[in-house]
Amino acid sequence: MADNRWGLWSAIAFVLIAAAIGGMIPPYDTGLLTQMLIYGIFAMSLDVLHGYTGMPSLGHAAYFGLAAYVAAICSLKLGWGFEAAGAAGIAASALAAALFHLLALRTAHSYYLMITLAFSQVLWSLAVSWTDVTGGDNGLPGVLRPQIGSWSFGSTIAYFYFALAVFVVSAAMLYVFVTSPFGYALRGIRDNEMRMRALGYHVWAYKYLASIVSAAFAGVAGELYMYLNNFVSPSALSVTVSAQVLMMILVGAAGTLFGPVLGAGVFVILQYVLSTYTDRWLFVIGVIYVLLALYAPQGALIYLRDRLKARQRRSAG
Amino acid sequence: MKPLEIRALSRNFGGVRAIADVSLALDSGERRAIIGTNGAGKTTLFNVVNGQIPPSSGEIFLFGENVTRMPLHRRATLGLARTFQITSLFRNLAVIDNMIIAVQALTTAHFVFWRRLAHYREVLGRAEALLEKWRLTEFRHEIVRNLSYGTQRQLEIVMALAGNPKLLLLDEPMAGLSAAETHLATDIILNLDRGITVLLIEHDLAAAFKIADRITAMDQGRIVAEGTPEEIRQEASLQKIYARGGVRHE
Amino acid sequence: MNFWIINTLNGLSLAMILFLLAAGLTLIFGLMHIINMAHGSFYLLGGYIAISAIRLTGDFGTGALLAVLAIAVTGVIVQRLFLARLYKQEMPQALLTLGLLFIVADVAFFTWGGDPLLVPEPRLLQGGVRFLGVIYPLYRLFLIGWGLATAFFLWAFLERTKIGAIVRAGMDDEEMVRGLGINMPLVFTAIFALGAALAAIGGVLGGPLLGMFPGADFEVALLAFVVVTVGGLGSIRGAFLGSLLVGLVDNFGNVWFPQLSLFTIFVPMVIVLALRPTGLMGRV
Repeated sequence: MADNRWGLWSAIAFVLIAAAIGGMIPPYDTGLLTQMLIYGIFAMSLDVLHGYTGMPSLGHAAYFGLAAYVAAICSLKLGWGFEAAGAAGIAASALAAALFHLLALRTAHSYYLMITLAFSQVLWSLAVSWTDVTGGDNGLPGVLRPQIGSWSFGSTIAYFYFALAVFVVSAAMLYVFVTSPFGYALRGIRDNEMRMRALGYHVWAYKYLASIVSAAFAGVAGELYMYLNNFVSPSALSVTVSAQVLMMILVGAAGTLFGPVLGAGVFVILQYVLSTYTDRWLFVIGVIYVLLALYAPQGALIYLRDRLKARQRRSAG
Repeated sequence: MKPLEIRALSRNFGGVRAIADVSLALDSGERRAIIGTNGAGKTTLFNVVNGQIPPSSGEIFLFGENVTRMPLHRRATLGLARTFQITSLFRNLAVIDNMIIAVQALTTAHFVFWRRLAHYREVLGRAEALLEKWRLTEFRHEIVRNLSYGTQRQLEIVMALAGNPKLLLLDEPMAGLSAAETHLATDIILNLDRGITVLLIEHDLAAAFKIADRITAMDQGRIVAEGTPEEIRQEASLQKIYARGGVRHE
Repeated sequence: MNFWIINTLNGLSLAMILFLLAAGLTLIFGLMHIINMAHGSFYLLGGYIAISAIRLTGDFGTGALLAVLAIAVTGVIVQRLFLARLYKQEMPQALLTLGLLFIVADVAFFTWGGDPLLVPEPRLLQGGVRFLGVIYPLYRLFLIGWGLATAFFLWAFLERTKIGAIVRAGMDDEEMVRGLGINMPLVFTAIFALGAALAAIGGVLGGPLLGMFPGADFEVALLAFVVVTVGGLGSIRGAFLGSLLVGLVDNFGNVWFPQLSLFTIFVPMVIVLALRPTGLMGRV
């Protein structure tokens, strides 16, 4: 139980530095920074399931894309304002998780991995084939960025600050969540479900709520992403997106909030740098996955920390 | 009101009867040891009482309440706690975090997700106090998987005590311990509050005879003898079972 | 009436392709607890290599055999070089195969391009057969027969041979089998290679029907995942039943509700898992 003052100060510093940098760099780079924040929320949301609760999901894009679609449809086809459309999208993701997990929680480890994958693919195929509503492969273009009262977040820089605000609120909420008694129970479930039951925990209820919370924040990220691009297409629901967000966690450290955010940053930079030199992006992701699986299945940061500790022990002994 | 009463309990696995027609009643504050060879059905009995697996037939009462079909997490709220034969801890968490999770389980805090645990002083305080009492404080920040086996076994018992249980099931608490550690564990159990009723499975007969008020002997899923340690020592039929089963007799 | 006969047969032929994948998937999972995300890659590579090899040799049989052998060897390499190092680590194994899926997809795209390619039908099996008032492609009938024969041989292999007995025992209690002095690493490699080869056969034989294209690996593998989830991981009989169910439902679903495609498969999956969380034939 570390009451971590350093963590709080470095988080504040991180936000201030990000806010300052975002205002100074060229718009394109501000866009990249916005992407990092969005993926940061997305990766944290998955880590609630993957890292904290031990529920390995390969279909987290389902909630990311669903919220984006619902918000886009509500504002484009129903003419709803930003607040209502945004809330509807997040609610849709939470509701989808609530319904889906009535089934999914009946299954254990490996089944869960496959069934989440199947679930996200079902939504993906719906998005592709239900053209009347989703626009099919073309997706839904032309969603305007948020306008709250007289505040417009249409410009790149304004939208960056909007995303930063949402990021700060989301991160704070998730921080309370994972350091709450509930969050401790999730870690217990990850390590030893049977003991949790014997201690008197209703394990199912914890997993159920965790999956809904995780889906809601994935939805937040999905909507931010949709507004960033003014556009959503089936690729937001694809397994590639699910695999990428999992990779962000593993590039950082599973079971932390900081790790996935760092991983998201590294991911965006990597994608940007590589896409200027090569179009073999899939190959690179594949190789990174193989390396992570072989050497750092808990995350690259954890691997580095363990190596460092081992070295210290050697030099001490 | 008996803390635990078992009536004609049976459990089959496929065609095999792991426990057959077992009836058992514990008095309040009693220390009862179950002895028997490997495969006598002792751990299966624990798993059924605790709710991990359902019985094939028979009934279980905890403090007068029929719990035969109650899910195991709710049995814990009635005051039932257990330890496991194969150490069952949160291996990747620190000792103190293990204790916190065990302590908060039966408090009102356990489902709170909108407030940080750090605000729950009483949970933290009780976790620290338990570590202090059972001399584990020096390990509080160690990750459990790095602890020695003996310390893990000790934590296994202390975690079961965290929720102030009224009935404690101990599944071979001395298994794999050195002589000194066995001595320590025996001490822990002897020093338990007399308000706690204890049912323990023990292979180490010396320890079992030292701890228990009464002893129940099982063989091939059935109860074959029951009595005070003196009576059990006299029981001729047990000599045969142990000769056959080849259990350590220290 | 013709509608029912043709669509049932279409569904069955898809089911048999799925079975070829699902059988390997379920064997590999049952024995090694590996969720092989790259199973579709074996299918895709098998199909692509067959296309090139048939072009090269001019003969379907030779090309098909070369492709299947190549994938079996690939399977041995993947298992020995990578998966064996992650023995009993479920999540890292799944991640590793996920990485291989991406790598193979990329390599295949750069080797065979983005346009769909068909594996040519063997000359002997071209044309149609007339029966019950319909004309039905001979090749699809051959595919159904092949699938049934594979199911039979797998069953006989597992139930009637000594190696099959070892595999079954290994699924129940691997430590015990190791204790008997059996070389389990070798059995693992062999079963993984067998699974890979079956997937490659699926690619080769399914190729004339479904074609090979970027994304085909994942599309087919996903159906195979649904099959084993419905059928129960680790059970060949479950894989067979699941294949029939998914193949038929997918085919009729596409005929009746083309807009809902994958969704129609998800419905029976939900029903089966709601009633039996471990699948039709799953062990508890």
